[in-house]
Parts: sequence; C-alpha cells; structure tokens
Amino acid sequence: MLELVGVVKEFGGLRAVDDVSFSIARGTITGLIGPNGAGKTTLFNLLAGAYRPTAGEIRFDGERIDHLPHYRIFARGLVRTFQIPRPFGEMSVLENMMLVPKGQLGEHFWNTWFRPAAVRAEERRNRDKARDILDFVGLTRLANEPARILSGGQQKLLEIGRALMSDPKMLLLDEPGAGVNPTLLGEIAERIAALNQRGITFLIIEHNMDLVMNLCRPVVVLAAGKLLMQGEPAEVQRDPRVLDAYLGGVPA
Amino acid sequence: MMDLFSYIVFFLIIAGIYSISTLGLNLQWGFTGLMSVGIVGFFGVGAYATAFLTGPHYPDALGGFGLPVPVGWLGAMLLSGLFALIVGVPTIRLRHDFLAIGTFGIAICIQLLAMNWKSVTRGFDGLFGIPKPFAGWPGTPLGNNLVFLGIVIFLVGLIYWALERMLRSPWGRVLRAIREDEEAAGALGKNAFSFRLQSFVLGSMLMGLSGALYASFTGFVSPQDMLPIFTFQVFVMLIVGGNGNNKGAIVGSLLIWGLWTVTETILGAILPAVLKNQVASARVVLVGIILVGMLLYRPQGLFPEERVVSPEARLPEK
Repeated sequence: MLELVGVVKEFGGLRAVDDVSFSIARGTITGLIGPNGAGKTTLFNLLAGAYRPTAGEIRFDGERIDHLPHYRIFARGLVRTFQIPRPFGEMSVLENMMLVPKGQLGEHFWNTWFRPAAVRAEERRNRDKARDILDFVGLTRLANEPARILSGGQQKLLEIGRALMSDPKMLLLDEPGAGVNPTLLGEIAERIAALNQRGITFLIIEHNMDLVMNLCRPVVVLAAGKLLMQGEPAEVQRDPRVLDAYLGGVPA
Repeated sequence: MMDLFSYIVFFLIIAGIYSISTLGLNLQWGFTGLMSVGIVGFFGVGAYATAFLTGPHYPDALGGFGLPVPVGWLGAMLLSGLFALIVGVPTIRLRHDFLAIGTFGIAICIQLLAMNWKSVTRGFDGLFGIPKPFAGWPGTPLGNNLVFLGIVIFLVGLIYWALERMLRSPWGRVLRAIREDEEAAGALGKNAFSFRLQSFVLGSMLMGLSGALYASFTGFVSPQDMLPIFTFQVFVMLIVGGNGNNKGAIVGSLLIWGLWTVTETILGAILPAVLKNQVASARVVLVGIILVGMLLYRPQGLFPEERVVSPEARLPEK
C-alpha cells in the first residue's frame, strides 16, 4: 500500500533520513521505532508531504506522492496526526471535526449564497458523522467546548477523530501514546485495533514498547536516519543491533 | 433643524462607506488573520476606477467613458480585486509580515501614481464631476443624498448578508482553521494558499467598492483622499467594534466616525485659541488613546467573535 524506495532527506549537511526503503502491506499496523533523533518524525513529514524528499520515491496505492503538497496527499486518503496535538483551540471540538471532510460544497463561498439548502443538508450530515466519531473516541461530552480546554490525552483522541472524519485509507500516528495515562492508553490501543479491523492501515511512531509489542506487526526500526531492520516484534526486541542503537554500544 | 438632518444624512453616508472597508478588513484580518495595511490603496483604486469609468471627458486625463454608475462600481471592484491578486499571489504564501509590507508598499505606490502620473490622473488637481447615481433626482440636494443613503444602506445590508452566509459555513470554518494553525489545516487537506487568496481578494474588492461610493458621493477624487490615516481609521473601527464580528465592524465604523466628526467640533470649542490649529492632530491623539484603552481593557471589541461558526454545529447547552 505504501512503498519507500531510497528516500533521502537532507537539512544542510545533515542526512536526517538516509536511503530508507521499506513497504507497508494493506491492512497492517506497522510500528516505527528508533531512538530520539533517528528521523522518525522527519520520515512522517516526508510521507505526509510537509517536506519533499531530497532523493528517492514514495508511492501510495501504486502512485508516486513524493512531489505532492500535503493537502493533495490527504485527499488520496493518507492522513497524519501530529506528535504534539494541534487542535484549533478557539473552535469547538465538534467544529474541529466538521472542518475535515474533503470537497465540502460549502467550502466554495458562492454555494453558500446560491445553494444554501444543499450546504445546510451537508452540514447536518457532517455533524451527525462527527458526533458518531466523537462517540467512538469518547469525546461526546466535550463536543461544544473550545478544543483548547482538552487535556493532552483528549487532544490526541481529537486528532485521531479528526483524521477519521476524512475516511482515510491509511493513518500515520505520531506517538499516540505519549503523555497519555495508562487507562486512556488502553482505550487508544483498542480504538486503533478496532479501526484496523474496519480496514484502515496504520503506521505508528511509538516509544511505549508495550503498545508496540501488542499492536504492531511488523515493526520497522530506524537509527541515525537509516533503516536498521524490519521484522516481527519479538524478533526486533531480541535483535542485538536494536539494543545497540537504543543503548549505544552494549556488547552483543 | 433641517441643517442637522442633512448633516446626519451626510454623516451616515460616510460612515456607511467606511463600514464597507471595515467589513473588507474584517474578512481579511478578523477571519483569516491577513494583516493588510494597504486598505487606502485599494480604496483609491476603486475611487479612481469609478472616476475613469463614469466621469466626464477630461481633456488632460483618462476618462470620458461615461458608463452608468453601477457599471463603474462593478469595474472599481474588479480592478481592486485585480490589484489584490497581483500583490497577493507573490506575498500571501509567505509569512504574515511580508503581506503587511507588500500591501503597505502598494498603497504608497498607488498614491504616488495618482500624484505623479498626471496625464492619467491630473495629479493633485484631481478628477471632478464624477456623477452620482440618480443625479438631480428627486430635485433637492438633500433628497438626492437620501437616495444615496438608501443605496449605501442597501449595499451594506447586502454585503453583511453575503459575508454572514459565507462565514457561517464550511468556507468560514476553513478560514478560521487556517488562521489558527495553517500547517494543521494543510494536513487536514485544506489548501491554505487558495483560501487566503480568496479572502484577501474579496476583502480588497470591498475596499475598492467603498472607494467607488466615496468618489461617486463627493464627485471628486484626488491623492488627498488616499492618506494613510484612512487605513488607521479602518483598523480602529474594526478593533473597537470587534475583530472577527461583522456586526462589530459596522457599529465600530459608526462609532469611530461619529467620534471623529464630533471631536472636531468639541475640541474646537474647548481648546485654547493658540491650539485651535492643532484640532486635527488632537483628534488623532484622542482616537489613539481610545484604541490603546480598548486594546488594554476590552481587546475582543464591543462585539466579540463567536466560537461556533456553523448554525448546524450549535448544540443545545447542557
């Protein structure tokens, strides 16, 4: 479903992502791990179109996306969330959700003058869909509140909820578990598994190894910008190279 | 009594013309976060376009098309929209301060053009004889001003309605999302450049329309009508009324224009004789003090922005 071939990203002299190639099969939950500074978030920015790769190709659903701006990649169904959630703080939680669906009639201002009934009907559909998804992520109670009052964990849920509003084919989640209490973490993991059952492919950056080991198959390990290995969670956990990358120079 | 009444009519027409510019700025700055400090430039483009399109034949300047007034106003909007497009395309994708500098620059360029391109604009002599709509009807100057006031009120109402429709909809919601976090809006599939450009061009067209109305009403336009103080006034009107609220934009225009005109009389009466010549400067100081006070004690303005944009997203309070 997603293929990377020789992807490189340089910032000045620094090779943040260095000749990375791997592919992700449809319907999987792939974990992306690696020590801090390994290039995981940079890789996400490349996949989502926030950056352009210096070299290499990225293909999604068989088509190259590495030259597309982020909003076009979104339109193809590859949607990311941010490591630090970015809600629209002054907008209500419900409107944060209703913003997302693509190609809304009411996004063309002339339709709001000449086709008000159609715009309103679409708004009602999007509102109902948003409320269903808010139910699913457990934020119904907060629908009317400005998004800035949400706790860190709730903001992560809102990010996932917003991403779902677009009916994505594949979700890129950047540390969905960071700064989230264990109960909420369990809920987030359950939601991810349930969505995966419904056919959404996932790529997840995560430092919480319990979450990675339970949820992800396979796991991709990145270190110093390079692909270290790709394999089953248990395999990765045992691999001396991975320990080495994380702990730095432990004799294998 | 009749004098006061004609004065009020005159006052309301000018306040209405200002409020169209303020509504334009509210679209750009209030709803989209675009810092456009060249309001008077677009106002001036609209005023001159109207003079060229509807005015009489000037032997030493452009003009003489003698088109109907509404055509002139429409042309004024299109031309200011075109100018906005030219400034907007290169600057709007950059950081906000570049747009501010760009719009400031174009306002100055337009004023310099008006001053110095004498074969087109007659420079400081200005263009005169710009016709009013329904000129000479129904007989008296006051009657005709009442007709003009009716047109201004109708246009302000129409613009208010159109803006409310646009902004209380998915379109307005995208603008706000972009204002709050452009990158997040992009990651959610919104083309920030396109939306910001739409808002900038439409807002500038409103500024052009207000310049067009001004030219038709006063019958005269010159570089003197394009001073930077106009931009300042419009910003104060919006900040006092409530940035991000269309009602606030209109009320703020009425209030500040009221204050601006009343203070001339009052300051003229209370200032000692030696300072009489400073009345014009004193009121700029006064309005500046009001602006600072407003920013300190009620930065959201008289009518704050509403949180929920779409009527469909209004949930019953618990």
